[in-house]
Amino acid sequence: MMKEYMLIDKIPVPIEGEKNILALVQKAGIDMPTFCYYSELSVYGACRMCMVEDDRGNMHAACSTPPKAGMSVVTNSARLRKYRKNILELLLANHCRDCTTCEKSESCRLKELARRFYIEDVRFPNGKTEPERDESSVCISIDHSKCILCGDCVRMCNEVQNVGAISFVGRGSKMEVGTAFKVPIANTQCVGCGQCSAVCPTGAIVVQKNVTRTWEAIYDPNTVVVAQIAPAVRAGVAKELGEENGVIAAGKIFAAMRRMGFNHVYDTTTGADLTVTEEAAEFLERLKDDGPFPMFTSCCPAWIRYAENKHPELMPNISTCRSPMQMFGSVIKEYFEHNEKTAGKRIFSVAVMPCTAKKYEAIRPEFKRPDGTDTIDAIITTQELIQMIHEAGIDFKNISPESSSMPFGGTSGAGVIFGVTGGVTEAVLRNVEPDKTYSALQQIAMSGVRGLEGVKETTYQVGDQELKIAVVSGLGNAEKLIRKVQSGEAFYHLIEVMACPRGCIAGAGQPFARSREKAERAKNLYTTDNMTQIKRSESNPAIDEIYAKYIGRKAHSLLHVHYKVKKK
Amino acid sequence: MNVKELYQKTDGWLDSFGREERSLIAVLQAIQEEYSYLPREVFPYLAKEMNLNEAQIYGVATFYENFSLEAKGKYVIKVCDGTACHVRKSVPILNKLRQELKLDDGRKTTDDQLFTVETVSCLGACGLAPALTVNGEVHAAMTPEKAVALLAELRREA
Repeated sequence: MMKEYMLIDKIPVPIEGEKNILALVQKAGIDMPTFCYYSELSVYGACRMCMVEDDRGNMHAACSTPPKAGMSVVTNSARLRKYRKNILELLLANHCRDCTTCEKSESCRLKELARRFYIEDVRFPNGKTEPERDESSVCISIDHSKCILCGDCVRMCNEVQNVGAISFVGRGSKMEVGTAFKVPIANTQCVGCGQCSAVCPTGAIVVQKNVTRTWEAIYDPNTVVVAQIAPAVRAGVAKELGEENGVIAAGKIFAAMRRMGFNHVYDTTTGADLTVTEEAAEFLERLKDDGPFPMFTSCCPAWIRYAENKHPELMPNISTCRSPMQMFGSVIKEYFEHNEKTAGKRIFSVAVMPCTAKKYEAIRPEFKRPDGTDTIDAIITTQELIQMIHEAGIDFKNISPESSSMPFGGTSGAGVIFGVTGGVTEAVLRNVEPDKTYSALQQIAMSGVRGLEGVKETTYQVGDQELKIAVVSGLGNAEKLIRKVQSGEAFYHLIEVMACPRGCIAGAGQPFARSREKAERAKNLYTTDNMTQIKRSESNPAIDEIYAKYIGRKAHSLLHVHYKVKKK
Repeated sequence: MNVKELYQKTDGWLDSFGREERSLIAVLQAIQEEYSYLPREVFPYLAKEMNLNEAQIYGVATFYENFSLEAKGKYVIKVCDGTACHVRKSVPILNKLRQELKLDDGRKTTDDQLFTVETVSCLGACGLAPALTVNGEVHAAMTPEKAVALLAELRREA
């Protein structure tokens, strides 16, 4: 068949199944200005920045116009330029312009496009409303006065995550993004995944910060600050700190954090190894006792909250294992409070996470320790860590890498891959597979658990048992799978759920990344796994030491949790 | 609010209009017809039954001027502010009514739940301008004075 072409700025561009002109324009090497377009969300066509002009002088929104063979459009003309500038001016007329104190300043799309289109002056009076903040959630904070009504957050919350905590409320000039009856976001079904903030082009939805609290603990001489760093963080920091995107920077993070004044820095992959050990044991137990199946993983706090809100009936199916962060947090407090060197001092436990929902997990009553204190005292997202490194003025590019602290220094490859969808399952399979050879490892890797698709289904043979496994990322995908399971259409022994599409590497606490960059992060975690001698969680010597020396008989109470099921 | 009864009635409407997303407006209209407003209690119920989110339903309910989220008074007075009524001075009538009843743009119903004053874009009674309706009954060629007299009459009747 003859290839069909469209002319973009007089250059022929082949049409290869693209759904809209915008994709073709991007293929032609033009970075179209957009506010409301994300390839993973439905097309909304609200911002009108991506307009193109055809031969007859008609204007089309490139995002919502399908390509047509022989059609010729230009992406830049006197009219288009005038319109784009007009749109930006009108948006700015109604927008807070205090960029110096806005935390989105560095990554604000509105600011970026205003600079790109050289808006020198706004002709209209500034109708900027006073800040209207909703600070009720510990995960995200909303400022309606910075909202440009692109609807990215609404579509993310509804389409991708199936949470539906927010929607467009009101009409015309009174329209805003809001909750039902404008109740505070904390009182809705919001799971705290923060994906709304990840797609927000302005500072309207941002992540709640724990930076000040952490600095205060560091400055306090009577406080010992202990930190742990999640697997996905090491793959997320590099680009913002002047390195190649996705480069694994664990060693440099440890070094930088020590320079900042953290007393002990650990790797959450050790916690992940604990999780694998406990979760695999629980899974084998369930296989012996014939259920309940499916067993859902429990690492993702946004997923736990989603299940509580929408599927309380599934709570008995969720593994009782605490998340790696909470397991390791329990061990850290247990260890340092009984350690002679630090006894009597306040232990401040910080977790550096790619995740916003962890901020809610940290304050859950289920994780209060017997003395009433929290297991984790502050959650720092990857973005907050980057901010702290900048604040401290550390030359990250040239800092020499260091190792994590002792004890609990050992890590395994299984723990590292927790940061990407399918990683938990792969780590558990490595544990339950009795064949410990290299070829068995390869077989597990090839079994269909890897890949960044939203839903993966596979089977894995262990002994005479065929395990049916599903791996989902994105809560909307999880919902579809749950319906299939509940209708009897599908059966699985194990279902891994991560709330953020592609897993923790794409968590809302990570710096903004496009699809390709997220794929690089995933690849780099697998490379780290390849480069680690210890592949299996149970082979990590730190794990035996933790069980034998530090937690002993308390293991079950420290490593498991029973969420209280709310009556509906 | 008898919630059980509300749910029962809502079930009836859901059965006749269907539980798909597209039936939402029809169901909301039926509820409003019965209760004169959309009781807050119905939102979580509809969300569950229609497999929608409360925020989505709230978005629809606040998009259309016609839907009300507050209980209305015994007498619902709709002052027409369509073009014909507007040029024949409907605004002074509205202002007078609001002044008499101590209402404003945000407060539409009196504390004693007797009167609700709303505006409407066009009643289709342009020949009778300026017009208003009381519970659907049209009053033609109104003036601020006639509106005050009308209020007194309704009070006697109540």
